[in-house]
Amino acid sequence: MTLTLNTTLILPEIIMLTMACVILVLDAYLPKNLKNLTYQLTQGTLIATAILIFATYPEKSELAMNGMFVNDVMSTILKLFILLIVFLAFLYSRQYLQDRKLLKGEYLVLGLFATLGMMIMVSANSLLTIYLGLELLSLSLYTMVAINRDSQQASEAAMKYFVLGALASGMLLYGMSIIYGVTGTLDLNAIAQAISQTTEHKTILVFGLVFIVIGLAFKLGAVPFHVWIPDVYQGAPTAVTLFIASAPKIAAFAMLIRLLADGMQSLHGDWQNILILLSILSMAIGNIIAIAQTNIKRMLAYSTIAHVGYLLLGILTGTKDGYAASMFYVLVYTLMTVGGFGMILLLSRAGFEAERLEDFKGLNQRNPWYAAVMLILMLSMAGIPPMLGFWAKWAVLAQVVQAGLVWLAIIAVIFAIIGVFYYLRVIKLMYFDDAEDLTPITANTDMKIALSANAILILMLGLMPSGLISLCLGALGVN
Amino acid sequence: MPELNEFLIVAAVLFCISAAGIFLNRKNLLIILMCIELMLLSVNMNFIAFSYFNADLAGQVFVFFILTVAAAESAIGLAILIILFRNKYSINVDDINTMKG
Repeated sequence: MTLTLNTTLILPEIIMLTMACVILVLDAYLPKNLKNLTYQLTQGTLIATAILIFATYPEKSELAMNGMFVNDVMSTILKLFILLIVFLAFLYSRQYLQDRKLLKGEYLVLGLFATLGMMIMVSANSLLTIYLGLELLSLSLYTMVAINRDSQQASEAAMKYFVLGALASGMLLYGMSIIYGVTGTLDLNAIAQAISQTTEHKTILVFGLVFIVIGLAFKLGAVPFHVWIPDVYQGAPTAVTLFIASAPKIAAFAMLIRLLADGMQSLHGDWQNILILLSILSMAIGNIIAIAQTNIKRMLAYSTIAHVGYLLLGILTGTKDGYAASMFYVLVYTLMTVGGFGMILLLSRAGFEAERLEDFKGLNQRNPWYAAVMLILMLSMAGIPPMLGFWAKWAVLAQVVQAGLVWLAIIAVIFAIIGVFYYLRVIKLMYFDDAEDLTPITANTDMKIALSANAILILMLGLMPSGLISLCLGALGVN
Repeated sequence: MPELNEFLIVAAVLFCISAAGIFLNRKNLLIILMCIELMLLSVNMNFIAFSYFNADLAGQVFVFFILTVAAAESAIGLAILIILFRNKYSINVDDINTMKG
């Protein structure tokens, strides 16, 4: 047996791992006046990795590490987006963490390890690689939630996240063990081949599939496996919520594609029904319960649950166009979420958390520009044309109709309209209510520029969405 | 020599015990951590049984990885438990309820 390592393909991951370890050690020995260096090195690592990934843009799918690792166009684009979003997340959270004395090396190193976990998940081509990437991501996130160790809420949120996350990993592993038992291999391509050939063990395969889908639904936060999302989003420091809510969703999407589409496309009829149920419930519960929230972090948590419902719509069609639509949706979703939580971070200052909806009252009087930024984000999340969020919803709904599930598309549209209400309420508070708190907004210049650029990017992409859409179609090999 | 299905039944029973332990337990968070370990061990049993009867080594390698990750996971779980106890002076499951809605 020969080993094909192809180490060049995993060079970005190797660099990332090395740099994370270097930063971890360096931070322990840096003198107090050089502590900023940790932050700069972290951001530098993200940029360098992104450049390296961009430089090795693959023409077709290539295998490394004896077939456990795959480098294709989809993984490249998703990795670039993950790095961009993590970069923005660190940039937005810097001031917030500094004010609360939480900007320690640990936070940044854990963030880098989580990013490495996401990159491995995106490129996984074996059940083992998926599991290891997922655990590297999850274990870092549990710790990040608990990073403010004197906060009762944060420690409670961390415990809930840990227990439910570990349960989800257990479910996923049990499903993987069944699939391994029937197919006799861990390699996703070999699994796909084995499943399409066997007919005798179909029931056992579906049994394993159900456990895998439950594990995935827990990680994504689809109803009825969503209970951890609102508590974790509310309890964690806002900077960590921003991190958890954004980039890991891209990795979770990749995990869905790798497991369900690459590995078990022949069982499409079976997983489609489960995903339809998860999707309808997520859209319903997410959009309706969000209306009742007074805490904006909790409201955005329910909004995430609803978005997960829409994300599943594209995947459940089981076609390449559907996967591309979902990929477009998840990229748009992360861009909007990173901006939305960025706004909460912008309004927070030392000793004050802008967590309540009332904290957005009269933002237009305080600062018209950031009110406009929030306006763009909220309209886009609500999916009002011609904003970017509208095109994302349009893309998945078109695929659902194409797949002949018109009734499902109608349900999705009804819940989208219900969902518009709570986004518009934020806009109403900003523009039509008087400000209670007239403190001027202070933030670092880099954060102000990045947040404005984020909103302008969403606006521009909303006017010209075809580039991003064709990028997603190309990533999944649709012409 | 025991049959494959006997191993699978033991693993399934262990899995059900651990899942029930997580959901039914209202007293102590430590018991939840134990249940999580038990769940991972039941999966290990599945992997080893399949690996032996399929004559494929990959399953046993997977078990080593799961054991390693489980060790890291319980370390983090216990660390979070200590933080929680320092803030609340309780590890009772019913006391973890400050956030609602």
